Amino acid sequence: MSVAVLPYTVKPHPVTGVYSGKLGTWLFLASEVMLFGALFSSYVLLRVGAPATGPAAWPSHAETELSWKIGGFNTLVLIISSVTMVMAWASLKMNDLAKARKFLGMTVGLALVFIIVKLLLEYIPKFQAHHTPSHSNFFALYFTLTGLHALHILGGVIVITYFIFPGSSLWKKDPEYYTNRIECTGLYWHFVDLVWIFLFPVLYLM
Amino acid sequence: MGDAHADISKHVKAYIGVFVALAILTIVTVLASRIHFSGSGNIVVALVIAAFKASLVAAIFMHLKWEKAPSIWWALAICAIFFVFLIFLPVLSVGDLPPQAQHGMWDVSPQAGAAH
Repeated sequence: MSVAVLPYTVKPHPVTGVYSGKLGTWLFLASEVMLFGALFSSYVLLRVGAPATGPAAWPSHAETELSWKIGGFNTLVLIISSVTMVMAWASLKMNDLAKARKFLGMTVGLALVFIIVKLLLEYIPKFQAHHTPSHSNFFALYFTLTGLHALHILGGVIVITYFIFPGSSLWKKDPEYYTNRIECTGLYWHFVDLVWIFLFPVLYLM
Repeated sequence: MGDAHADISKHVKAYIGVFVALAILTIVTVLASRIHFSGSGNIVVALVIAAFKASLVAAIFMHLKWEKAPSIWWALAICAIFFVFLIFLPVLSVGDLPPQAQHGMWDVSPQAGAAH
């Protein structure tokens, strides 16, 4: 049985002018923009429509008890993880697989720090304080937006871990193909960082 | 290969620069939220800083600064048009309040409900 080989994994496609994985990743990210965009749009609708007073009023920072210190810390963690991700790609471009794997490992480590902080310092205390998604429109949006974002982080952890261990065997067979796959993974990872850049002020500061 | 290495070194310098800028702008976002601007000034300031940070990530980390393929720019342009429409959808609901609702769209008071 012959193994099917994907075309244009390294060379640019003559029609699109770019290797196919990259265009595919950007199209996927465009659909992600619409997914998160719909939720941000819901946020605008619910916040603008909230009454000024009464039980359905938009909660103040004192009421939500969301700590900007924890949110700010996690923002820095994700920014650093974006740097380590892009440094992994740069290391591959300089033919250094060992260094790239170290940077990918750091990215996974930082992603896990983000998840652990979110879970232990935010989600669990919120549930203990009965600030559940059913508590108010704000918390319904908070958990939907940050929960969907956290799932994206976990998805990234799985993909990057795959490329550190079994996926890295591709480097021996076709280093450029492997480098391109890391670039596409990076595009996704930076997008997840980019979403958080908006989530942080919207949920913690506004 | 030597040229490629020189190019990548330039990239790496840009990555470090963007990291410093993003860290500083995160602090600026927090500080700006403590100043009381009139009207919806705080929201505008926070979103402008966030948009600038997002542009830095997209341009440098996501390599758009060096991206020449028209297919990617077309995909992004179409995405941007739909995104703007999506974000401004709630504007269509302005003035959509039932006449009985005294306290905004989500007025759940018995008076507002009883009149339906």
